[in-house]
Amino acid sequence: MVPELGHFALILALVFSLLQASLLFYGVFKNQKLAEAYLLPLTYGQFCFVFLSYALLAYSFIVNDFSILYVAQNSSTQLPWIYRLTAVWGSHEGSLLLWVFILSIWTLGIAQFSKPLDKKTMAIVIAVLGIIATGFILFILMTSNPFLRLLPQVPLEGRDLNPLLQDLGFLIHPPMLYMGYVGFSVAFSFSIAALIVGRLDAQFIHWVRPWTLFAWCFLTLGIALGSWWAYRELGWGGWWFWDPVENASLLPWLVGTALIHALANAEKRDAFKSWTVLLAILAFSLSLLGTFLVRSGVLTSVHAFANDAKRGIYILLFLFVVIGSSLSLYAWRSSSLRKEVFFSPFSRESLLLANNVILVVIMSAVLLGTLYPLFIETLGLGKISVGSPYFNAIFIPLMVPLLFLMGLGPNCQWQQMSFSLLFKRLRMSLLLSLLIGISLTYGWMRSSDLLTCVGITLALWITLSTLQSVYRQTQRTQSFYGMVIAHIGVAVCILGITFSTTYQQERHVRLSPGDLVSIGQYSFQLEKIEKLVGSNYGGFSAKFLVKKNNHRIAEMDAQKRNYHIAGMMMTDAAIQAGFFRDLYVSLGEPLDKGAWSVRVYYKPFIRWIWLGALLMMLGGILAAWGIHSRRRV
Amino acid sequence: MKSRFIYLMPLLIFIGLFIVVFIRLQMPIDPHEIPTALLNQPIPQFEITLLNNEKQSLSTKDFMGHVSILNVWATWCVTCREDHELLMKLAKSEPLIIYGLNYKDSKQESLAWLARLGNPYRKVGFDQQGRVAIDWGVYGTPETFIIDKTGLIRYRHTGPLTESVWKKEIKPLIVELQA
Repeated sequence: MVPELGHFALILALVFSLLQASLLFYGVFKNQKLAEAYLLPLTYGQFCFVFLSYALLAYSFIVNDFSILYVAQNSSTQLPWIYRLTAVWGSHEGSLLLWVFILSIWTLGIAQFSKPLDKKTMAIVIAVLGIIATGFILFILMTSNPFLRLLPQVPLEGRDLNPLLQDLGFLIHPPMLYMGYVGFSVAFSFSIAALIVGRLDAQFIHWVRPWTLFAWCFLTLGIALGSWWAYRELGWGGWWFWDPVENASLLPWLVGTALIHALANAEKRDAFKSWTVLLAILAFSLSLLGTFLVRSGVLTSVHAFANDAKRGIYILLFLFVVIGSSLSLYAWRSSSLRKEVFFSPFSRESLLLANNVILVVIMSAVLLGTLYPLFIETLGLGKISVGSPYFNAIFIPLMVPLLFLMGLGPNCQWQQMSFSLLFKRLRMSLLLSLLIGISLTYGWMRSSDLLTCVGITLALWITLSTLQSVYRQTQRTQSFYGMVIAHIGVAVCILGITFSTTYQQERHVRLSPGDLVSIGQYSFQLEKIEKLVGSNYGGFSAKFLVKKNNHRIAEMDAQKRNYHIAGMMMTDAAIQAGFFRDLYVSLGEPLDKGAWSVRVYYKPFIRWIWLGALLMMLGGILAAWGIHSRRRV
Repeated sequence: MKSRFIYLMPLLIFIGLFIVVFIRLQMPIDPHEIPTALLNQPIPQFEITLLNNEKQSLSTKDFMGHVSILNVWATWCVTCREDHELLMKLAKSEPLIIYGLNYKDSKQESLAWLARLGNPYRKVGFDQQGRVAIDWGVYGTPETFIIDKTGLIRYRHTGPLTESVWKKEIKPLIVELQA
């Protein structure tokens, strides 16, 4: 009964979304009163039924209703209840339902908190969101229904959640990522509305900025969580793999970053409006592409657990309709948004534009690398995969000028600024960061690595020049502080990446109980290996005693888990986290005579990578809040 | 006219991308066909005791001189049951030599499973540690290999076998190899 109700609720949600799309569009052009009257009720109706459907699926997981195929495939009676809740989005069908659920939350939010905007625009915005929801719900119902029954033979036990996903990081990673992806639909639908109405005024932009910033914050957090999860669960201490699925989340993030800067430009100076609209369309299109890449099986990847050509075709057609029609609309209407605005080649406007261009170029390069194997395969030239050498080779050189500009931007005036004045302002910061960066790298650390030097120098440069802008700024608004925190977050992140990659030390050894391995000042002694019994797994647990300069500092417990039902071996690395360094021990394979292969890592500053991302997110929230509360008349 | 073209650019680029991806999707993609490094390579040298008899073994020699199928399975693997049904059917209706590799499993449960559901295998190797599976490059259970007369791996399928995979891919291949 419950799954049928959930299925039915989803069908009703589809009806509401269809009405949202059709009735509101009709209302906008024919009968304004109608659109106004139905806007809120339709939005609430859609939200309620999507919520109901989602809640019923979650309930089926909680009560272990294995008569539902999806539940049987992704859960088991032995799974702890908290993971049963997250198992809802553990695979394709449920994660799409989560996507729709989040979309309905955003839609409701917009409909509820958009009083200052004109009704016509609002109706178009909600109608566009209705179209997207219709497409997704239809997709779920037609190709990936999570409520399908497994009758008459109901299994007694489910197949269990993929053990890789039984982790704290995964608990919140997908919802955060989806909040970000779906959040860009707000800027997207506003752009469509602007193109249809043919007008994009400052009030409009002002209103959409906090929404976009929030979406960006969620995406930032989602990506950071994903990276943290990979670090802890994949067992070799990497934090970014340039995997197609990771790239899929990075692409909208890059364009989203360009977008939040372009929106600032567009609001303050009434400039680059058609460019901003294009970025908004791009950001959401890439979010859709991200969903597509992960879900269609076009690209093989560790994450892409659902593969079905029919689904691929559907999503692709959906993408074609949504992106194709919005880009056509753009080609047709965007010239109406154009406006000549004066600014000199050296001004904050031009720096923001440079930021946008570089970010879009980086995005294109990453997109190219991600899709390149696809092109090669389509042309029948064989199967290849593009790995991190390519991505590092393009990403790093493009990031360097971007990060340099980051220091200039906040110190530059709108409209125009003389180069010599800017240089005079910033020369101390520049000199200081170069001096410290070079002497630290080549002198103190005795390294000859150019990238280390560049990384440290840029991080210092961003920090110093940003702090200088605080000192110079007269109007220190909340959103200004948000920018400062986010930019410093970038610097922190760079330091983390630089130090953890260049100064990481690792040893791969064979240890028997009692043996010792040391890295620098740290020594790791394998004390004993015990049998491990968990609720849905068994395995081995290796206890290590860690000493620094012969002082005992920690005990670490690295595990090798065997998840019975899924039949998967998992490495659960032991991590001793610290502000300045992580110690990381992972258990390899058992060797003869009770010995095990063991990997030990020393990773300096690795935590700073995620700390930086958190600061970026905090900055974004602060800025969004600041802009939101600064009312415009 | 020139500025109009600029606004058209994103659309054109997108359509180009779309066409490529669309063509790709039309091509047969089978995620179960994960390329194995062992394809067209000789099978690994191995010898392993049988599930039902510790004194006998399954080894490289068993695969020589005829076309054979190796099916990797376990009782804890739910999809292996679907596989098993099809294999039972095939073993009865077709002249096939099917070997099994019992993967990381308990002996009693595996024997009970075969007693209850039937045994389509000529021999079943008991690979409790999963060592032999590593040599074969096994990706997960169930997994099926087709080996030709000379002991070369000619095909690998991960995931459960279905009627359509059997009819469209495996059977024609076996007929070809047996000729």
